[in-house]
Amino acid sequence: MRVVLNQRLSSRLAKPVAFVLALLPFVWLVTAAALDWLGANPAEALERSTGDWTLRMLCVVLAITPVRTMAELPALARFRRMAGLFVYFYAVLHLLAYSWFDMGFDLADIAKDIVKRPFILVGFTAIVLLTPLALTSFNRAIRALGGRRWQLLHRLVYVVAVLAVVHFFWMRAGKNNFAEVAVYAAILGSLLGWRAAKAVRKKASQPSSVLSI
Amino acid sequence: MLIKTQGNGFNHPVASEITDRAHYEGRRDILKLMATGAAGGVMASWASRQALAQTPGLVQRPGKLAALNAKPSMVAGATTMEKPTTYKDASSYNNFYEFGTDKADPAANAHTLKTSPWTVEIEGLVKKPGKLGLEDLLKLSAMEERLYRLRCVEGWSMVIPWVGYSLADLIRHVEPLGNAKYVEFVTLADPKTMPFVGSRVLDWPYVEALRLDEALHPLTLLAFGMYGEILPNQNGAPVRLVVPWKYGFKSGKSIVKIRFTDKQPATAWNKAAANEYGFYSNVNPNVDHPRWSQATERRIGEDGLFAKKRKTLMFNGYEAQVGQLYAGMDLKKLF
Repeated sequence: MRVVLNQRLSSRLAKPVAFVLALLPFVWLVTAAALDWLGANPAEALERSTGDWTLRMLCVVLAITPVRTMAELPALARFRRMAGLFVYFYAVLHLLAYSWFDMGFDLADIAKDIVKRPFILVGFTAIVLLTPLALTSFNRAIRALGGRRWQLLHRLVYVVAVLAVVHFFWMRAGKNNFAEVAVYAAILGSLLGWRAAKAVRKKASQPSSVLSI
Repeated sequence: MLIKTQGNGFNHPVASEITDRAHYEGRRDILKLMATGAAGGVMASWASRQALAQTPGLVQRPGKLAALNAKPSMVAGATTMEKPTTYKDASSYNNFYEFGTDKADPAANAHTLKTSPWTVEIEGLVKKPGKLGLEDLLKLSAMEERLYRLRCVEGWSMVIPWVGYSLADLIRHVEPLGNAKYVEFVTLADPKTMPFVGSRVLDWPYVEALRLDEALHPLTLLAFGMYGEILPNQNGAPVRLVVPWKYGFKSGKSIVKIRFTDKQPATAWNKAAANEYGFYSNVNPNVDHPRWSQATERRIGEDGLFAKKRKTLMFNGYEAQVGQLYAGMDLKKLF
């Protein structure tokens, strides 16, 4: 079973299929917006769903390594970069939706808003931190930075995951409505927790080594 | 001579001088055009009244629920000239947390609400406390149709044709005592029919309140219907409050109790987050919500996806009518 799965994941088709799957929410949102299927407040619907999909993609990208290790599916590693870039893709759409629909692309207003509203500041910080990760996602960047430094830089995604949950929590705090926030917090928390536990174990067994997760 | 002719007192113009039919029928369009502002302030309001006077009722009845007939309201400010939001949007995008926190939830879940029989209990500092059946309430005063702006604290707005009468008519009927200073509105909290009563979002029942002078203002509406029909459940059937110059959450839905008190009542959102939701909660573009700006709003169904949001007006545009209620108050502190 595992062998078959690894083979499937390594096939030439696997990546294009994953790409199309990850793009489906975007295709759906564009279609729904064009056909007026987004209800009474389409702007709000687009802002929220691009945010939701950013969180979901974050869950996917952070699940790859734990699943790969625990289920012994090395072939999954091939999908990590694409998943990471999709996190950035949906995050950029989310920022665009906010800047456009809410702020009418008024840069002065956006700047004021970022300073004034902590939950916007947190969201904005998250996307700023994601930017160098997206920019260094190609092979030459990895070589130029050197594996260790590249890996260190890309651990920023852990910070981003925490910021994303805080951003969502704060946004939902208005309605004291934390059920969905709790789901994302639990998923991302356990994915980060798995890494923390692994790091601790590793440190205990070989105290001098550098963490490599 | 019975039949008059051109030469004998019958001054009918020649055919070419009669206003042609298309022009005559275009009159209302011209009035509408003027009403939108092309004719300047004073003329615009006259023209729009003329344009509206041509139409029985402010909007087409959606034909979903029982009709609730009403005459146009004569109360100053009660009929905005803006375009009404569609019935579909107004009845499918609602905040009614007893039925769920998503704005699509009330339309999906509120069918369980039982609106008949319904009584509203009058309590507290009044000469005539007691229970009023819905039938008595419906007959208590003449139904009026009023077209109000509705501004939600979340930053969106609608224009809704309500049917009801000034709450003041009911208040006078029950005769508040001299020491009554506030009016509290308690809304239904029935866990059997309202799936989210019991969730920890808010304290149930949902309670709202006004100062007595606010409650007596003629614009404060006790509403039984909208769009010429009885209220749909998700909009607060069978009876709700509409206070057009305050954020929407001040207007309690499905009211079961009206209590007159001498102390400022604790209200639902104020209890949940006092720093975010004040007792007054007047629409005020100069006082931001801690987590978002209140300077602008999105008009549902009208402002396109890429349109810049419109400016929010002080007291939601009802400053001329209600501003004096707050004379001398620091509205930044008493938000």
